Parts: sequence; structure tokens; C-alpha cells
Amino acid sequence: MSKAWYVLLLLPFIATLFPSLYNSWNPTLFGFPFFYWYQMLWVILSAACTGLVYLAERRTSAARK
Amino acid sequence: MDATELMVFLFFFALVTVLGFVAAHWQRGDLSLLDEWGLAGRRFGTIISWFLIGGDLYTAYTFIAVPALMFGAGATGFFAVPYTIIVYPFIFVVIPRLWAVARKHGYITGADFIRGRYDSHGLALALAVTGILATMPYIALQLVGMQAVLQAMGLAGSTGLMKDLPLIIAFAILALYTYTSGLRAPALVAVVKDLMIYITILAAIFVIPAKLGGFGHIFKAADDALNGATLLAPKGYAPYATLALGSALALFFYPHAITAVLSTKNDRVLKRNAVLLPLYTLLLGFIALLGYMARAAQVDVQGNNQMAVPLLFAQVFPHWFAGFAYAAIVIGALVPAAIMSIAAANLFTRNIYKEYFRPGCTPQEEAQVAKLVSLIVKVGALVFVVGIPLTFAINLQLLGGIWILQTVPMLVVGLYTKWFHRTALLIGWAVGMVLGTYLAWANAFKSSIYAVAGVGGYIGIWALLVNLAVVIVLSFVFHAIRLSNGKDETSPADYVPSSVSA
Repeated sequence: MSKAWYVLLLLPFIATLFPSLYNSWNPTLFGFPFFYWYQMLWVILSAACTGLVYLAERRTSAARK
Repeated sequence: MDATELMVFLFFFALVTVLGFVAAHWQRGDLSLLDEWGLAGRRFGTIISWFLIGGDLYTAYTFIAVPALMFGAGATGFFAVPYTIIVYPFIFVVIPRLWAVARKHGYITGADFIRGRYDSHGLALALAVTGILATMPYIALQLVGMQAVLQAMGLAGSTGLMKDLPLIIAFAILALYTYTSGLRAPALVAVVKDLMIYITILAAIFVIPAKLGGFGHIFKAADDALNGATLLAPKGYAPYATLALGSALALFFYPHAITAVLSTKNDRVLKRNAVLLPLYTLLLGFIALLGYMARAAQVDVQGNNQMAVPLLFAQVFPHWFAGFAYAAIVIGALVPAAIMSIAAANLFTRNIYKEYFRPGCTPQEEAQVAKLVSLIVKVGALVFVVGIPLTFAINLQLLGGIWILQTVPMLVVGLYTKWFHRTALLIGWAVGMVLGTYLAWANAFKSSIYAVAGVGGYIGIWALLVNLAVVIVLSFVFHAIRLSNGKDETSPADYVPSSVSA
């Protein structure tokens, strides 16, 4: 599998380890300040990134068989 | 004390007690062997592992302490969310390598791996001691979570023995079924525990905001009560990020996490779990917000922030459901406490008892010692909570995280290369341990953030950076003077899980 897929695994680090990116009250969503819903959203996005890498790995190992 | 609440609570507690003992017969194995007792025969699949690892990492203390931090300090407490976001991509890459080499060589603990990799008794002992030291206060804090709930139910009397009796009874039951069933018990109980926790939290996020006028109002009310602390101050950025990063690096190298990891059937199970475990993080985000809900509901915690969640439940839920929620939290303490005591017992038995006292002991003796040690560890934690001030346990837990981080160079880097020299690793570890402990002490244990050149950062990360620097410099030196780096019993192919190479 192409190593490029692994870049996806770095995204959650960049997205969450710089609080200056998301430390604001607006825009709010369902009453949640941005600070909170942004990080909750990244729970899902991070899982999606890891999931994509998992599927990509599996496809490659299946293709090799 | 309310009768309905108590009956519901006791019913669920009794249910998991029965499950704990029945677990001995589940996926039958010879429980007089350590592999079977302490790792449940390494047979767990995706779903059971999800419950087991989740039950292990998201503990009763989390359910009590994270909202308590939000309740008291605001946005800072939310670092638990990025922390448990970034841990999984990291784990996806690193942990299958540990699993593969452990399976190949029959390693049961992290220290087994270190000993095999570096041919070093000293380094393995350092890891084992660090693990045991960090685990004891962690178990004690599970008891703190239980105590908050028992207190809210009015079960804990106010003085002397009666204050601690319910806790002692709950723990004695836990100790007995862990002794007989080993890792199978917390695995089975974790399933029930998580279903209960999910139900409780789902109810909380629908019922409580409806009663308090919606999330918008909750955030507004919390912001007013906390004087704007629901957002970070700019000088809080670095502490927030380093706490998240440091905690994430440490999480899977706690002995109990390694135990859960090594009990899985194959690396696929681990990788799938790296994808599925964030479901708990979503839950954790809402649990954290219970702290703000308690603010909005004007819960009076009487100076003890740990009571925020139990008292909030008492205030908003009917008695029967409060009983259910309390049972969920208490059972949520039993699962990790059981796994932690098993992990500490594995470490002691394999890497101290067998290594230094009885090198030739039989597998049966090994398992028997581990069972006894798991009992002793739990009694120790109990004495800790009953006999020592609570703040001391919390301080030690803070140190535990810092200490575990100091084992990251030998464990994580060791999974990829043997370039780090074993003697350099030992010295780096010692420097990191002393520096980390000193900085926490210099803070009077009030905070895990220490400012270096005006930048506040997690002490564990500062100590780890110094530790790494020492290891790198000394590795150059020791390689240059050709100091022996021991005989590595592993080979590069051992680290590649078979399902990847196949």
C-alpha cells in the first residue's frame, strides 16, 4: 500500500494540538460553542482517518494474496 | 438513602458479581497458567476487546474526575478529548508491533519485552517498578470514584469503619472473583458496565439539557459561573496541548493497557479497535460536559468537586434511575481496578519474583503467585484510600502519568530500532523520573504544568524531552566506546504481524 495513506494519521494531531485554531465561542452549533463542537467533530474525523487507513491496508494485503 | 435507589443499585451489583464468578467457565482454559489467568488465553476478538480496552481506559475515576475538573476549572478539563482523539492513530501504528513480538516470544508484560530486546535485567526491573508504582494510586483512585457515589447514596456512614465499610465489601467481592476468574472476569463485566454507562449518558444528554433549558443555556450559565473560563486563556494553549499529547503517549504503556492489548487474538483486532474505540471518546466529551450541567443546575458540591456528577444525578433523575446510574459508575470502577491489579501482579510475578527470587519456578507456581499478588495489590490500594488523605492519592496519580511517560523511549523506540543503548536508556529513565518527580514537587503537587522559559507545559513532556536527550547523547558515546548492548533475542521479522506480511 502506498505510504501516502499514513499521512491521514497525522491530521488529528495537527487539528487538535493547536488550540489557537479553535479556541472561540462562535460559530455555535446546537448551542455548543465552536471550541466544543469542533473537538467533538474531530473524534469522528479522526476515527474516519484511521478507518480509511485500515481499509487501505486490508485492500493491499488482499491484493497481494 | 432511598429504598428504590438502593434496590436497583444492589440488583446490578449482584448481577455483575455472579458474572464475575461465572466468567471462570467462559472460553475455558487452564486457569493455573499465567497465560490463561492473566491474559485469558490471548483469545479475545474485536467486540470483547473493545469492551475490555474501553472499560480499562475510561474508568470510574474518569467519569467523576473529568467533569469535576470542568466544574472547577472550565475548558482546561476538556483536554481529555483531544488526548483520547490522538491516542488511536498513534496506537494503530505502534501497538500491533508490540502485540506481534509478544506473541512470538510469549511475553506477558512490557518488562518481558524489554528484557528480551535489550538483554538487560536492570532495564526490565526499572520498567516493572515504574509500572507497579504508577498502577497502585490509579487503583486507589477507582476507589475514590466509588466512594463519591456511595456517599451520594447515603450508604457511607460519616465516621470510622462505617464510612469505609461499603467500599471494603465491594472490593472484597471484586478481589474474590478476580482471584478465581482472572482477566475473564473484568472482560465479561465490562460488557454489562458499558451498556449501563451508555444508557446513563444517553439519558443524561437528553434529559438534563431539556430540564435546564438546552445546551446553549448550559454553556452560558457555566460561562457566567466560571468567569469566562469555558474558553482557554492564550497562556493555556501550551499546557492544553502538552497535557493531551503527553497523556496520549503514556496511555497505552500503562501495565493494564498492555495487559488488555496482549489478550487480543490478532493485530486486526487491535487495528479495528483503534477505529472503534473513539466511540468512547464521543461519550467522554458529553461526560465532561456534565460538569457544566452541574454548574447550570447550581449543584452545591460543598467544596468537593468530585461530587458534582453524583449530586447532579440525584437532583435531576428519579430515584430508580439514579440507582442505575450509580451502579454503572461503581461497576465502572471495578473493571479497571481488576485489570490493573492483574497487570501489577503479572509484572511482579514475571519480572521480580521469577527473575530474582525463584528463577526455576513452575508455570503453576507462577500463576499462583500472580493470583496472590493481585489480592495484595487490592488490599494495598484499599489501605491507601482508607488510611491516607485523598489528595495524596491524587498527587501520586499525577506522578504516575509522568513516570509512565519516562518508559516511552525504551518501549516505543525499542519497537522500531535497537540503536538506543540499554545503559543510556536506563540513565535517561532515571534522569526523567527524578526530574519529573522534582518538578511536580516544586509545584507542591498542585498542578502538572510547569513553566520553562515562560512556556507552560506538562511536566511529563519536559522530563521526557530531557530523558530522550540524555539517551541520544549517551547512546552515541556508548556505541563509540563499544560498550556491550546485550544480545537481542528478537529479530526484525518478529515485529511484523503475520496478517500484514501475509
